[in-house]
Amino acid sequence: MNLFSFVRKPRPTQTAQTAKDRLQILLAHERSSGTAEADYLPMLQRDIIAAIRKYVPIGEQDVDVRMERGDQMSSLEINIELHGAAPPRKPV
Amino acid sequence: MTTEAKKDAPLGRVIVITSGKGGVGKTTSSAAISAGLAKQGFKTVVIDFDVGLRNLDMIMGCERRVVFDFINVIQGDAKLKQALIKDKRLETLFILPTSQTRDKDALTKEGVEQILAELKAEFDYIVCDSPAGIERGAQMAMYYADEAVVVTNPEVSSVRDSDRVLGLLSSQTKRAETEGAEPIKAQVLLTRYDQARVDSGEMMTVEDVLEILAVPLLGVIPESKAILKASNVGTPVVLDEPSAASRAYEDAVSRLTGTQVEMRIQGERRPGLFQRLFKRAS
Ligand SMILES: Nc1ncnc2c1ncn2[C@@H]1O[C@H](COP(=O)(O)OP(=O)(O)OP(=O)(O)O)[C@@H](O)[C@H]1O
Ligand SMILES: [Mg+2]
Repeated sequence: MNLFSFVRKPRPTQTAQTAKDRLQILLAHERSSGTAEADYLPMLQRDIIAAIRKYVPIGEQDVDVRMERGDQMSSLEINIELHGAAPPRKPV
Repeated sequence: MTTEAKKDAPLGRVIVITSGKGGVGKTTSSAAISAGLAKQGFKTVVIDFDVGLRNLDMIMGCERRVVFDFINVIQGDAKLKQALIKDKRLETLFILPTSQTRDKDALTKEGVEQILAELKAEFDYIVCDSPAGIERGAQMAMYYADEAVVVTNPEVSSVRDSDRVLGLLSSQTKRAETEGAEPIKAQVLLTRYDQARVDSGEMMTVEDVLEILAVPLLGVIPESKAILKASNVGTPVVLDEPSAASRAYEDAVSRLTGTQVEMRIQGERRPGLFQRLFKRAS
């Protein structure tokens, strides 16, 4: 409870709070991982490609890594296009 | 994937947003111009050249989704397609973020050239958000440009730096070095313009600035509260609620695409007489 909250006028658009929230989430990620995060994603991608290639032929372009950093949790989405796994089709 | 009919070849035009002086509004303008172009249906990508000081992602509101960056692509750690972030609001808008951990030396002419060549094959406009200064980062951002938007504030050091940058554009770029090539088309975008202060003689006028720089005017963006608000929420100002600034950016974008738009200088809406009287009384 803010003692002075009654003094403050209600603001029409409270975008400052949005700015603060966005920064807090982003900086929490940046501080905790430092430079580590920037480097683990390319390595992770390389390892995934290598692992999949043991079973199916895929190109480097066929792996798509997406990230959504959240407040409580982040999600990592990895899409792999498996050409060979589709039902038999005439090659193009 | 349904209605993506193959249309004509992309325009593939590279536009650098540059200034020399820092903090004049390059990133704000890069975000607004790229979103404005995409809004008009042009397939557009905006690249952050400010290596080590990533900020465009915040202004575009995609900071939580950065996986790979420009430098990863240059160094072969990721494919271009994997580093491009698709905007959630506009189908035609993409962002190529920069590295937060490397420095400007990671930019190589060959690397930049190759990425731009790939982008030119797919995009109508490639907007390059230059870092401040006239060193390596800024030079890399302008080197392959077809057009330049020189962001200038009506203030002495900004105008002086813009003049420096105009000099570099006409000497230290690919087009300048290529025999017979058409020079970079450079235009001034005057930002943070405050009509009230111009009227009171405190601030240089549009004419004053143009007389000194002697290049065409792309637009005049007023000093506006809408800019801070848009950056707070991570929305390019032209995608936010209409404001004097968003209208001015939309006009500038239309001029960039070759449409004739009358130059109008708008300020933030002046308070009405009633409000002014009320304010004075309180
Ligand atoms: N028309 C405007 N009205 C009000 N504030 C503005 C306007 N344009 C830019 N600003 C503010 O000026 C500051 C600097 O803007 P911006 O980050 O776009 O500049 P920059 O040239 O990219 O800076 P740098 O040289 O550090 O990359 C920001 O706080 C931004 O909100
Ligand atoms: Mg900037």
